This record gives sequence, structure tokens and C-alpha cells, in this order.
Amino acid sequence: MRRATLSAMLSHWLRHPLQLGSLLLGLALATALWSGVQAINAEARASYARAAQMLGQDRFAQLVPRDGQRFDQSVFVALRRAGWQVSPVLEGALQTDGQQLRVLGLDPLSAPAGSAPQTVTGRGDLPGFLTPPGQGYAAPQTVRALAGQPGLPRLIASDDVLPGLLITDIGIAQGLLEASGQVSRLILAPEQPRRRAPLAAIAPGLTQRPPQARADIAALTDSFHLNLTAFGLLSFAVGLFIVHGAIGLAFEQRRPMFRTLRALGVPLRSLIGLLMAEVLILALIAGLAGVALGYGIAAALLPDVAATLRGLYGAALPGTLSLRPAWWAGGLGIAVIGAGAAAGQSLWRLAHLPPLAPAQPRAWARASARGLWRQGAAALGLGLAAFGLAVFGSGLVAGFALLGALLLAAALALPGILALGLGVAERAAKGVLAQWFWADTRQQLPGLSLALMALLLALAANIGVGTMVSSFRLTFLGWLDQRLVAELYVTARDEEEAARLRQWLAPRVEAVLPVWSIEAPVAGAPAQIYGVADHATYRDHWPLLDALPGVWDRLAAGEAVLINEQMARRAGLGPGDALTLPGANGALIVAGVYSDYGNPHGEALLGQGLFTTLYPQAPRLRHALRLPPEEAPALARALVREFGLPAGNIRDQAAIKAVSVQVFDRTFTVTAALNVLTLGVAGLAMLTSLLTLAGMRLPQLAPVWALGLTRAHLARLELLRALMLAALTMVLAVPVGLLLAWALLAVVNVAAFGWRLPMFTFPADWLRLGALALLAGGLAALWPALRLARMAPADLLKVFAHER
Amino acid sequence: MLLEARDIEKSYGTGAGAVRVLSGVSFRAAAGESVALTGESGSGKSTLLHLCAGLDRPDAGEIRIDGQALGALDDRGRAALRRDRIGLVFQQFNLIPSLPVAANLSFQARLAGRQDAAWCAALAERLGLEGLLRRYPEQLSGGQQQRVAIGRALAARPRLILADEPTGNLDEATGDAVLALMLELVSETGAGLVMVTHSARLAARLDRRLHLSGGRIA
Repeated sequence: MRRATLSAMLSHWLRHPLQLGSLLLGLALATALWSGVQAINAEARASYARAAQMLGQDRFAQLVPRDGQRFDQSVFVALRRAGWQVSPVLEGALQTDGQQLRVLGLDPLSAPAGSAPQTVTGRGDLPGFLTPPGQGYAAPQTVRALAGQPGLPRLIASDDVLPGLLITDIGIAQGLLEASGQVSRLILAPEQPRRRAPLAAIAPGLTQRPPQARADIAALTDSFHLNLTAFGLLSFAVGLFIVHGAIGLAFEQRRPMFRTLRALGVPLRSLIGLLMAEVLILALIAGLAGVALGYGIAAALLPDVAATLRGLYGAALPGTLSLRPAWWAGGLGIAVIGAGAAAGQSLWRLAHLPPLAPAQPRAWARASARGLWRQGAAALGLGLAAFGLAVFGSGLVAGFALLGALLLAAALALPGILALGLGVAERAAKGVLAQWFWADTRQQLPGLSLALMALLLALAANIGVGTMVSSFRLTFLGWLDQRLVAELYVTARDEEEAARLRQWLAPRVEAVLPVWSIEAPVAGAPAQIYGVADHATYRDHWPLLDALPGVWDRLAAGEAVLINEQMARRAGLGPGDALTLPGANGALIVAGVYSDYGNPHGEALLGQGLFTTLYPQAPRLRHALRLPPEEAPALARALVREFGLPAGNIRDQAAIKAVSVQVFDRTFTVTAALNVLTLGVAGLAMLTSLLTLAGMRLPQLAPVWALGLTRAHLARLELLRALMLAALTMVLAVPVGLLLAWALLAVVNVAAFGWRLPMFTFPADWLRLGALALLAGGLAALWPALRLARMAPADLLKVFAHER
Repeated sequence: MLLEARDIEKSYGTGAGAVRVLSGVSFRAAAGESVALTGESGSGKSTLLHLCAGLDRPDAGEIRIDGQALGALDDRGRAALRRDRIGLVFQQFNLIPSLPVAANLSFQARLAGRQDAAWCAALAERLGLEGLLRRYPEQLSGGQQQRVAIGRALAARPRLILADEPTGNLDEATGDAVLALMLELVSETGAGLVMVTHSARLAARLDRRLHLSGGRIA
């Protein structure tokens, strides 16, 4: 019985291959976009985990300097003598030709097991690792990039090491980083002798940091991955609209068959079981295709994601993708869950279908006023929830809940709003064709509403994200102009050269402004502290968001500190509040808050005098030079001639801006790609809906044709209908997109990155997007319209000959 | 002559090859005359009616309406002919589901640019549809829907009514009533009527009967 029933059910798909195709395609695309994003996230997280393992951050407590600066290794020796089981680590950046290399120096003899990668500690050639020229472990691509560079240890390729990182013996690292006898931090072994001298007595400048649950970089990049996940989910939802439409249509078309099967003795339970099996099989087929496609999408997007993470967070990510079984299983799982969710309504209806229910396909293509009201009520409820979240919610999860509620409310409200508008147009129509056109369009709404909702979501996401990115870009460019005022930025290779540079430059430029900084924890989070000179460059240009009167005088006097927006938001600080910096005896007044886009960390600005007093060991290598812009190229050449500085150590303003803008643009390449893909899926949803509806439309179109309209005329009206619906959806998408942009800028960005951006609108972009929506709608309608225009009269006549 | 069909041939291609439906059918219908087309299922009655309406083209032969040869008209010309001179009534009613009864009733007349509100109102009254004008087709019974379809066909005052089993979906009593009304209205307007029917009883109520068998008029 089951076989006969199944063959009867499957015969539907053989008769409707297009419907089967759209179902499989929709589900495959939905799965592909979702699993592609998941693949990227999984790859990134695996990298962070490796980084954390490599730096021993996740499992070991550490002794770190209170002032954030390196300290003498005699402190390490003293602690060892006092019984402390510690191992020294030296970290630092090394500028090589063409790229910046992060150097990590370890002591393999004292390092606790598991604090360094297996490859480094387990390879056995200890003398080779310890004695000059030593050995350096790096990722294969880093080894390739560094090939032939002088002064480096013998490089050994290791897959365990992150790109851009070089792990070597601490002695070798001290040589490379010109930090002879210096240490960045000490790793504490888990087992420590009970009796040992207190830390404060031996090393008062150090403080103990407990083991961290996870790597800093993982915490920092969470928001980025959450953004990607949200986009993946949106794309998945848009794809599911197609699946829901295809499954719903197939169910309605098979209602007479289900009734017949029930009448012939097939139990309801068997029927539901077979339908579930059918959905499962289709989901697995589409899921496999989707996961494979997702892998392709992820592989294509990963280089841009890697660039984004490097640009925004300094997180290194390999540019290649690994195949993870869990990800395959996850992709298939989401395909099954998605298909199940899309089929749920149909299965529920089948479960409640009386055996003697009418055989005619019923409500699928009919507007149900009650349904629209219910949908409208749900939209109102979600809209109120979104409002509540906007007013009372806080944090990233509330931000994304707000986005979800907003988008869902808009999507649910769309059919009702369109029905209302079409009703008004119908009443206002004068001619008979116009009246029929509006009335007929209104009747098509339920069949097209899922596709239109998908289009609305895609368009609103495009407007919202586009407004956010463009506002961000505009603000960022303005901010760059404020921040990058100096004409040239010069970095000396050592302190002695820096002193010579300052002396040489003094008579040749208007001002030599130090750009000196240290890394240190401020207000409980990692931060960068800068010392700045009292100069018009800062007074006239610095992008202050809020400040006390006389802010620059207070800063110059060493009474105050300026902090960036990120630190202000995270630590809840504002002008007038007190802030204690590491190494300082008392608190300083926060005199102002400045915008600092693109920086995930906190930042503090001190007067140069106070900075050098508090942090005398801070490197004083970097300087900003003020001079007439036209003299900058000649001075840059002179610096190369006089000091032999590498090109990378002299950067002009334009070059830094160009790189910053490039990093910025690349950051949003992934977002733009997902935007385009989502819009493509929505266009496809329109196409599949129109194609599947085309067959059902014949009974409505054939009488009008028989009454005296040509097929070509009807086809033109069908095309016009799709264009008009796409245009109306676009018009509604604009306010939804702007609300979305506001939520992204005012809620999500603040929670994710710690900065709030002003919102700008870009009507020209909407026009472009509107044209794209019309193109998508027009292209989607073109094929069904052409088919109608070229349809043989005999096919239309069948409408009059058969019960449809 | 209102309708003149001469040596009409028509075949349909199927998977098993071409099936000849009509083989040299000729007949005429004059204005004010009602003609019944009867025959077995598949004898080509509906095909002949569709050819007369210009909905399809014959493989051979010629059809003229008011002296105008349909073969000389393109798609646009045939559509205009249907709008202006022909009223069609289908077995399945084929009303426009998105429009209320009133709009359905006047639809073709408005398409043809000949709307006559008084005539439409009179038709609605004669057809017993006055109380149903704001309803939609799905809210009507089969008999009511067919009355709307007849009203729609007559509202434009066509020269020729072509009806394809207009009572086929109705019970006998309703069918009889609908047919009586149609004949009465056709007679009043002076239009010609060609009606396909299976029923010899109904065919007997028309002026003339043509029986199709094996693709020919018997």
C-alpha cells in the first residue's frame, strides 16, 4: 500500500518538474547561504582557538606588568629563585619587507606543557631551537612570504601556527625585537610550591591575571560573527519563503489526491508519514547541494572575511577553508529543519483535513480577509515589540531581536498594506480593464505574497545595511580628515635613530609631533595610551564628541585625559569622570571623548609631559610631521637619503588614507556580497512564484482572452502587474530599510563596536535599488509573460473544456 | 448570413499522432435563428464552436461572420471581433473571480465600449440578479453564476451568441429555467444562437438541430 501511495504522491513532482526544481533550488540556496556563513565562522573560530592555545591564554594564569610595558628578565630570574614556577614570554611586532610579523618568543625549558603548540614543543631539536641562528616556526604561507629575508632564524613551516606569526626561542626573539634582556609577561605553571615569597615582595610591578575562559580576539570578533550569522539567517529565511511557497502549492494541488487516497483506505497517519518522508528526502537532496554550494560561497568570501578581521581586529585567519564534518552535518540539519518548518503548515492542514473535504484547490490563491487581519495583528504585535526593544532594550542580543521583530513585522504587514492600496486603486479605476487589473492583482496577492515578502526583506536589508555602510563611510572619511592631519608619518628603527631624526627634522618642518604609545589595561580592558603634544594640529582638528571647557589646556597641564568613544561606552565614562591609568598615582579627569571608528580597543590620550613621566620606557619611535603639503615628497626622499629608512617607515597622509579607505571598503565586501546574494534569492522567489502561479492563472486569464483581449495584451498586463508589485514593495521597503539602518547605527553598532554613527540618507542609492527591484520583478515576470503571449489557443481552450 | 462555416477541417496533435476532429463541416446560422449542435463526446462540437468564435483557427475551410472571413484576421482582429460581435457562454461559467457580479455583467460591454447601464440593469432584473450585484462569483450557486455568464454575453448586444453546454453543470430544473431565459433574451435582441448540448430534449427547444458524428454533420 505504501509503495502505491508513495508512487501516487511522487507522480505529482514528475508532472510538475518546475515546482520540484524551485523547491530544491530554494532550499539549496537557503542552505548554501546559511552554511557558507557558518563555514566562515567555524574557520575563524578554529583560528582563534589555535591562537589562544598558542599563546597559552586560555589555560594558564599569567603575571603581567601593571604599566603594560616590557620588564627586565631579572624579574623572571628573581621569581624563579623565590620558587615561582614561571616561564617568560616576549611578544612584539617586527616590520619586515612588505609585511608586519608578530614575533612570539618562548622558553621551551620552563614553559608549562600545553602553553605552546605541539609542533614547536614536540619536535625534539632543542639545541637547534635554542642556539643561534635558532629556529622559527611559522605558517607555510608566512614561511613563503619571508623566504630570503635576512636576520631571521631558520624558518620551519607548521600548520599549527597562525599566518603572520613567528614562534621562536625567547633569546632569538629578544634579538629580533631589539629587546635584549626584556620580557613581556610570565606564564604561571598550574602547580606552584606552597611556600614561596609573595609576588609584591619580589615583583611589585607585576600583577597576576587569572586564566581566561577564551581568547580576547574571540570576544572581540563575536559581534562581527554575530553580524554574519544574522545575515546568513536572513538569507536562509528569504530562501525558506521559496520552499514554503513550493510546498504549500504542491499540497493544495494534491488535495484532491489526498482526499481520494483517504477514500481508498490510506490511513491519515500513513499519509502524513509518507509526506514527512518525502519532505525529508527532498531536504537531504537539496541540503547536500546547498552545503556544496555553501562551501563554494565560503571559499569565495573567506579572503575578504580574513581581510576584514585583520583590518578591524588584527585577527589572523588563513585564506583557505577546511572541510569539517560537523559543518556538513549542520548544513544538512538546517536544510531538514528549514524544510520541516516550511512544510509544517501543510502537514498540520493535512492532519485536519476531513476525508470528504472539497476536492477543489481552495484557498491557496484566494485572499482571506480573516488571514490578512490575523497577519496584520501579528505584524502590529511584532511592531510594538520592536518599539519596546528600541526604547528599553540594550545589548547586542536585544539589538538583533529588534532587527528580527522589525523585519518580520514589515513582512507580515506587507500583504495587508498592498491589499488595501490595490482596493483603493480598484475603486478609483475608471476603465473596465483598469478595474479588472487592480481587482485581479489583489486576487493574486496571496499567491505572490511570500515572494513579495522575501523581496521586501531583501530590499529593506539592502537599504538598511547600505545606509549603515554609506553613513559609516561618509563619517569615516570625515573622521580620517580630522585624525590624519599631519603631512608625513615617520617611524625610526631605534631610539638612537629617533633622537637623530627629531634633531634633523626640527629646522626643516613646522612641527615634529610625537606619536608615542603603550599598550596597557585601562578600566579593566586592553587599551592603547598615547602621549600627544600641545599643538594646533590637535586643538583644531581632533574629532571630539563631548568635552569639558578648556580641554586641551587641561590635557597639556597633565590634569586630564581624553578617551575614545569605545572606552567611554564600555566603562560608562564621560567628561568630568575620574579615570586611573596604570602607573599613575591618582585619578585623572576625563576631559573629553572623541570618535575613533574602526578601532575595537579602548584608547586614551595624555599630554606628552605626563605620558613620558608615567611611561618612560615607552618606545619613542613614531612621529607626525607638519609641513607645507607640497614639500612632503621632497622631505620623504631626503629622509630616505639621509637615514636610509625603508619605504614602510615613511608614510604620507594620502597613502595612509588610501590604505584606510581600502581596508574600510574591503571590510564591507562580505556584507555587500551577502546583500546581492539575498536580493538574488528574493528575485528567484519572485520567478518561481510567478512560474508556479502561471499555470493556475489560466482559468482567470482565458475568459478575458475569450471576451476579446489578445494574448499579447494579457502578457503585457502580467508584466506590468509584476513591475507594479515590485515597485510598491520597493516603496514600502524604503521606510523599513531606514528603520533598519537606524537600529543598526543606534543600537547594534553601539553594542557591537562601541561607537554610534550619525545617519545619512542616500536617495540615489534607493533609486538604483528600485531600478534593480524592477529589473528583478520584470525579469521574473518576463518568462511567464512570454509563455502567455506565445501560448497556443488550444492550451487556453482547455480551460473551457476541463474542470480546472 | 450571420454565420457561415464551409468545409471546416481540424486535427489535434497527440502523442500517438494527429487526431482528426472535424472533417469538412459546413453549416449556416441566420440572425435570430437558434441552432443546437449535438453529438457524442469527442465529436468536435466544442471545437467547432471555438473555431466559430475565432478562438482557434481551422486547418482548412472558411468561417465568415456577417460576411467577414475569420481567416483573414490576425490575433488582434479576431479579439476585436469577439469583443464586438460575439457573446460567449461556457459550461464552467468562467466568470472573472476577482470582480463582483455587477462588474462581471458589464465587463464585455465595457470592453466593447458599448456599456448601456439601463440595459445592464434590465438584464440583471430579468436574470434575477438584482440582489447579488455586489457579491463575488465564488459566493454564488452554479445556476446564479450561469445567469451572470448569460447576462455578460448579452450585455454587449452581440450579433451572435455561442454557448458551450451552458446548462451542463446545472440540475435539470435550473438548466431548463436558464435556457428558457436565454432563448427569450436572444429572441428579444434578434441575435443568432449556436448552442452545444448533449441533451436531445434541450436541442428540441431550438429552431434547428445539427448532429455531429465522426467529425461530420450527420
